[in-house]
Amino acid sequence: MSLLNKLFAAAALVVTMAGLPMGAQANEGPTLDKAPLRFDDASLQQGAKLFVNYCLSCHGASSVRYNTLTQIGLSEQQIKDNLMFAADKTGEQMMVALRRDDARKWFGVAPPDLSVIARARASEAGSGADWLYTYLRQFYRDDSRPTGWNNALFPGVGMPHVLWSLQGEQEARFVTRDDGHGNMVKQLEGLELVKPGSLTKDEYDEQVADLVSFLTWMGEPGQETRRSMGWFVLAVLSVLAVLSYLLKRAYWKDVH
Amino acid sequence: MSCCKIVTEKAQQVLGWVDERFPLTSTYKNHLAEYYAPKNFNFWYFFGSLALLVLVIQIVTGIFLVMHYKPDASLNAAGVPVAFASVEYIMRDVAGGKFIRYMHSTGASMFFIVVYLHMFRGLLYGSYRKPRELIWLFGMAIFLCLMAEAFFGYLLPWGQMSFWGAQVIVNLFEAIPVIGPDLSIFIRGDFVVSDATLNRFFAFHVIAIPLVLLGLVTAHLIALHEVGSNNPDGVEIKKYKDANGIPLDGIPFHPYYTVKDIFGVTIFLIVFAIIIFFAPEGGGYFLEFNNFFPADALKTPPHIAPVWYFTPFYSMLRATTSDFLPYLWAFVTLVAGLTAWSVRNVWVRRLCLVLVVGVYWGFFGLTVLGKTKPLFDFAILGIHIGRGFDAKFWGVVMMGGSVLLFALLPWLDRSPVKSIRYKGGLFKTILTLFVVSFVLLGFLGTKAPGYAFFGLIPGGPVAAVSTILYLAFFGLMPWYSRLDKTKPEPERVTSK
Repeated sequence: MSLLNKLFAAAALVVTMAGLPMGAQANEGPTLDKAPLRFDDASLQQGAKLFVNYCLSCHGASSVRYNTLTQIGLSEQQIKDNLMFAADKTGEQMMVALRRDDARKWFGVAPPDLSVIARARASEAGSGADWLYTYLRQFYRDDSRPTGWNNALFPGVGMPHVLWSLQGEQEARFVTRDDGHGNMVKQLEGLELVKPGSLTKDEYDEQVADLVSFLTWMGEPGQETRRSMGWFVLAVLSVLAVLSYLLKRAYWKDVH
Repeated sequence: MSCCKIVTEKAQQVLGWVDERFPLTSTYKNHLAEYYAPKNFNFWYFFGSLALLVLVIQIVTGIFLVMHYKPDASLNAAGVPVAFASVEYIMRDVAGGKFIRYMHSTGASMFFIVVYLHMFRGLLYGSYRKPRELIWLFGMAIFLCLMAEAFFGYLLPWGQMSFWGAQVIVNLFEAIPVIGPDLSIFIRGDFVVSDATLNRFFAFHVIAIPLVLLGLVTAHLIALHEVGSNNPDGVEIKKYKDANGIPLDGIPFHPYYTVKDIFGVTIFLIVFAIIIFFAPEGGGYFLEFNNFFPADALKTPPHIAPVWYFTPFYSMLRATTSDFLPYLWAFVTLVAGLTAWSVRNVWVRRLCLVLVVGVYWGFFGLTVLGKTKPLFDFAILGIHIGRGFDAKFWGVVMMGGSVLLFALLPWLDRSPVKSIRYKGGLFKTILTLFVVSFVLLGFLGTKAPGYAFFGLIPGGPVAAVSTILYLAFFGLMPWYSRLDKTKPEPERVTSK
């Protein structure tokens, strides 16, 4: 019986596997482009601007308060003047004016809250930022979709290409391939820019990188502070470790 | 000088007053200053005190989390579940909340790391052997409580993995014949995991299980201090005492082990801090990425994986397919046969026969009870052997049983020596295989069912073999522990 053979093969494997690293593996799923993240104030502010202008009309970031943006070098007045379209006080959360029921009618699904989207989209294939960076650059024209847009990374996505005026319009190239079981399937091979937008490809990539950097920052504002605090905590604990070791040694002198 | 003398006298009076009403001094002596622990504890003996430390961390951080967390599955104005949003509120708007939450979420994983290492210490040095059977059993109960506590707690952030993990595990109870479906509704308080489930899991997580856990930890320690600690040599230090009745190889727990454990604590805290400050998600193992999506009953994630500490047992559940049952039955028959052959008692032999027939009937002969369930035809080496229940039920039995097997160790181990230091190559080999299979099962449990090592070696058969090895470690222990060529134990503990 084939299971028995497999069992023996696996038994041999178990014995030899012990010392092998288990990290290496074949991952199925999409390959993601590495997001060139930048956490300087200028990039994050640019990202915030894009987020507020293009995303916040439909997607909330209900866990984030406007005044959190003071952490990326903006003053309360600047936030009030430039970034707040749907709130009165800087202590308010980034909410959407769009009604969820309407959104469901229009897009088939209520746009998700984006407060922690950069953390949620992480997987074995890459970080959440990588996913978002790839996703926002892979929209293409698809007349079969209600919005006229589709996405190579997220097929059948409900969201239209909101940044199209910046990127321009892409079209997909398909090839027909054998799927290995004798069925011919249509596979997406690549995207082509057919109508340029207001930005060049490199400029667009950079803007998306800023936006994704902002989304990553928003996933846990102050993550840089957390890391710098970590070094201090480790320094204190290391001193404590040395002292407690010396204390232990002093006490244990008379144990033989 | 006279001032100090007055203070000391006063303090002694107060202490005397207390001691007449509460055994303060004697408790301090019995459990710390005059509790004699073997002087040869090594690295593995840090994890008991560390488990206690993590327990305290979890309780203290938990108290602060409960102050701000809201067990409410309804959607807020932004369309986010209140419970999910309250966790993010803690992360962002509560002063220090981020660290409290990360300490708690990391603490859960560290609890299991520390407890698994603590249990492994028991396997290495035979800490479960007579007279410490009850310490081991209390420990097992603590382990079960810990699993329940972690399971209930994992629902609370109300993310996708929280929701679907709970859904999968509660659904497992449906596999129990007759009462199963009603039981799972009773546990959830609803037909699906819902607000009712969230609230009762919250109650269990913050009140019920912690109370039981604290009681069991107390019992574990009282039992330990009654019989005294084992040690890496596995010999009893109480055999050789000095004129005052103090074990020659014993040293007072306080100050010797308190200062040593403080050192262990600082090293643990360094590891803990590295995770909290630099990798609080633990690469997706401590905080699963998918759990940053709010729970959505309409969107089943493509791959539902329990958190890493459950995966070895979850893997065994998955490995128990209808293809695997015949091999499992063959294994049960082997163990029962060996038992009947080596125990020359007619009642034990009858019991073994009942076991073999019973398990066979349960696996392949349940045509009467199994009418409501899909039945499978089973074959071993191509020979038809019968029809039985859905393998899911046996998977559940396997998952529960594989945890409970640890409780039998005190009676399964027949080796003349306790410590691995004096055990032979046979035991060492089997223990190694056990650890390797446990790790492999744990790793495979985090992966989707079709996972293959290096894209080549399918995970399914590896899990099946690992499951058999896991079972063999326990099931064959009475024989291999006796066959093993042991070395003589020393009379007294050896230094280092």
